[in-house]
Amino acid sequence: MTTSTVHAPTPAVELAGITKRFPGVVANDAVDLRVAEGEIHAVVGENGAGKSTLMKILYGMQAADEGTMTVGGSEVRFSSPSEAIDAGIGMVHQHFMLADQLTVLENVVLGAEPTRRGTIDRAAARRDLEDLGRSYGLDLDPDDHVETLEVGERQRVEIIKVLYRGARVLILDEPTAVLVPQEVEELFRNLRELKARGHTIIFIDHKLEEVLAIADTITVLRQGRTVATVDPSEVTAHQLAELMVGSDLPTPSTEPRADDDHVTLAIRGLSIPAAEGRPALDGIDLEVRRGEIVGVAGVEGNGQGVLVEAILGLREATGGDIALDGESISGWPVRRRREAGLGYVPEDRHRRGLLLDAPLWENAMLGHQTTAPYARGPWIDRRGARDATTDIVADFDVRTPGIDTTARALSGGNQQKLVIGREMAAGPRMLIAAHPTRGIDVGAQAAVWADLRTARADGLAVLLVSADLEELIGLADRLLVMLRGRIVAELDPATTTPMQLGGHMTGASGDGDPS
Amino acid sequence: MNLRRLVLALAAPVGAFAFSVGLSSLVLLAVGTSPMEAWTEMLSYGTRLETFVETGNRATQLYLAGVAVAIGFRMNLFNIGVEGQYVLAALLAAAAGAAVDLPPVLHVALIMAVAMAVGSAFAGVAGYLKVARGVHEVISTIMLNAIALAMVGFLLRSWLLDETDTTLNMKTPEIPPSGRFPQINGIVETFTREIGRGRELWGFLLVAIVVGVLFHVFLNRTRAGYDLRATGINPFAAEASGVDPSATVVRAMLLSGAVAGLIGLPEILGDAHKYDLGFTRGLGFAGIAVALVGRNHPGGVAVAAVLFGWLDSAAPILDVVGDTPREIVSILQGVVVLSAVVAYEVVNRIRRAAEARDAAAASGARAPA
Ligand SMILES: Nc1ncnc2c1ncn2[C@@H]1O[C@H](COP(=O)(O)OP(=O)(O)OP(=O)(O)O)[C@@H](O)[C@H]1O
Ligand SMILES: [Mg+2]
Repeated sequence: MTTSTVHAPTPAVELAGITKRFPGVVANDAVDLRVAEGEIHAVVGENGAGKSTLMKILYGMQAADEGTMTVGGSEVRFSSPSEAIDAGIGMVHQHFMLADQLTVLENVVLGAEPTRRGTIDRAAARRDLEDLGRSYGLDLDPDDHVETLEVGERQRVEIIKVLYRGARVLILDEPTAVLVPQEVEELFRNLRELKARGHTIIFIDHKLEEVLAIADTITVLRQGRTVATVDPSEVTAHQLAELMVGSDLPTPSTEPRADDDHVTLAIRGLSIPAAEGRPALDGIDLEVRRGEIVGVAGVEGNGQGVLVEAILGLREATGGDIALDGESISGWPVRRRREAGLGYVPEDRHRRGLLLDAPLWENAMLGHQTTAPYARGPWIDRRGARDATTDIVADFDVRTPGIDTTARALSGGNQQKLVIGREMAAGPRMLIAAHPTRGIDVGAQAAVWADLRTARADGLAVLLVSADLEELIGLADRLLVMLRGRIVAELDPATTTPMQLGGHMTGASGDGDPS
Repeated sequence: MNLRRLVLALAAPVGAFAFSVGLSSLVLLAVGTSPMEAWTEMLSYGTRLETFVETGNRATQLYLAGVAVAIGFRMNLFNIGVEGQYVLAALLAAAAGAAVDLPPVLHVALIMAVAMAVGSAFAGVAGYLKVARGVHEVISTIMLNAIALAMVGFLLRSWLLDETDTTLNMKTPEIPPSGRFPQINGIVETFTREIGRGRELWGFLLVAIVVGVLFHVFLNRTRAGYDLRATGINPFAAEASGVDPSATVVRAMLLSGAVAGLIGLPEILGDAHKYDLGFTRGLGFAGIAVALVGRNHPGGVAVAAVLFGWLDSAAPILDVVGDTPREIVSILQGVVVLSAVVAYEVVNRIRRAAEARDAAAASGARAPA
């Protein structure tokens, strides 16, 4: 199945022998990547395999130590993204880089404004944008403010932005991680359309079914090396997983939970008024019992994020009550809630979860900096913190040269593993986990699922917010669906299919939606 | 490996300094004087023992100012108000010291406590305005500076003036000997010749060293210091980790103000024994430059304070010999600040590249699988 299919004579992009070293790590070790003109090429591999690094090199964000790059037959050497853009290469990062306060139109032209006699020619920009949108089926209103858009729409803005700059080759780093299945479908339609118009697409993804559904060619990286280039019609997801991490594809599942009526988290009538056009919370009632995993499904931006922040104390509620083990915590500051055993995996690890410029051991104590083993009285316990971090790195398979490395130097998935690890290691009573497996590879995903199952068996209560419907259905004991700040349905995962769940999430299935 | 670390850490300030000397030389050439002559004069005057004593005194004050500013900088708070805080604190502390009679050590302790409390309270106003009213601290501290300096003039004239004084020098009454800080010439003289008459190394230098050590310990060893740094690196993550943003802002301002309150004391306790019109102003602003060049690190700020202190102490010779304007030293200091900021970035890149080369050399040192 390791084919060397002979594609068009000149590939759109050819990387040969690319090597990139970071302190203590060889991120790319003589990687070869050959992308044919007009194909959709998937790059897969375990966390830290070097995928993002390879793409950043192609996009001129980082310089390779060794190796050559050829674009459209001629050798290139980029020292900045603007040179890559000039060569027709564009990249959509996993963390979107849009200005919230500006409109779609302004965001798209930002930095590449068409000018007429020194002023920005808005009319021309609008015409170009509408042409682009129409011809690629990328539906967007140029005058919407970006802050009011949902994730899928923001992603479309990013894609249009790249196309507007004339990119022929599009790089997308984990584009589906933030999307729900319906949005993934939409993205894939857009990608096929782009391909039909002769664009070449390179994308990174951890969800193998998706990769098999859309890619024309798949390149697998492992420990910085190209281990295989395969044709999706000739492999199964299981074989692919085998190639990537050397183990089989995991599926989330749980055993039935033991009978335990103790309510760990009880929320009654929790309300937060809407601000900035986003739905907030409207009379949320929910309970999580000891040893229970309650899944919350919903299209991003329907209140799940607000709910999580309200439970943690980052958002003040205007109505209702939150109780932990029967005691109201509504008036407690964040620190007291965390010390009481509230664990937290944020949806955006860069924003809420990490000190990117601090070493790993200082990141491991973040959120637990007042308790053992990280602190003793008013003092930081350096020895204790470092030892605990070493354990977390080992137990949760965080691939890093050491615990003094900065968090920024870890690959996305390894950052995520560190965050999960420190929360689980602290032994919480109640875990609020938003997208815990976002961006981590199938092998590590299995480990996280196993950890959650074990902790659940020991009585941990979990509120699991996820965009991964398989994960929700497989892990949760009960499923709640959120839409526009309300809980609109409660479902039994045993009898729910991802398609049905998706229907509830978009409000398409009329029955659970009271509005 | 560690040697290289040290060399790299020093490369930025040294490089910035060399660049600044070069640029100032060009300025001197442009105005038609000989840079060589100016630098030689400064060097020969600047390496005298007496100038070193002067440098130590100046650096003591600059270091306290740099630390006061750095405490704020560490969590992205710009305390521009150090200037007003220390001048007001010095006046009130001097007046309080003259008003009471206490046994030796207690007396000094009281003066220091008053100075720290005044500086802290004044900075606290800016902290309060930020968290309660959303006023940016740059705006509020600049305004508070104006208020503090006006208050100093008013208080000195109306309430705190020394009634017995017949000269025109407006000053507070003298602090009695029990409220003075001893000089430490003796410590230096065990290593060198005798220091020229009239020059005294202020004992407050030791206090500044203690402040530096405490600053280091606070930042790196205490929970509160961790919270402060975390807030500086990523306020959103810090908040989610349980750090109360408002409380941290107020705490940092209070702490910064307390250290600011000490800036004027070396001079008051060691030399003047009163607040008068000759009191040194401008150290609060100089502290911003010192903190920037020292990268807000306890050790780095010390190096910067000594450098700036030496330049200040060696500059007066330019008035005496040759025809170089001494203001060239101010230009030099300004350029040092700007070029240091650039140099740190350059050195950072060099360091990354060097570490990557190491990684390559130790190849096979792949990611632990
Ligand atoms: N700026 C950096 N400094 C130091 N090391 C880095 C840096 N960026 C990446 N690395 C290291 O290079 C290796 C490859 O990282 P990369 O981000 O390319 O992985 P990835 O394949 O994208 O993984 P993931 O699926 O987790 O996103 C990792 O070991 C990572 O720690
Ligand atoms: Mg990545």
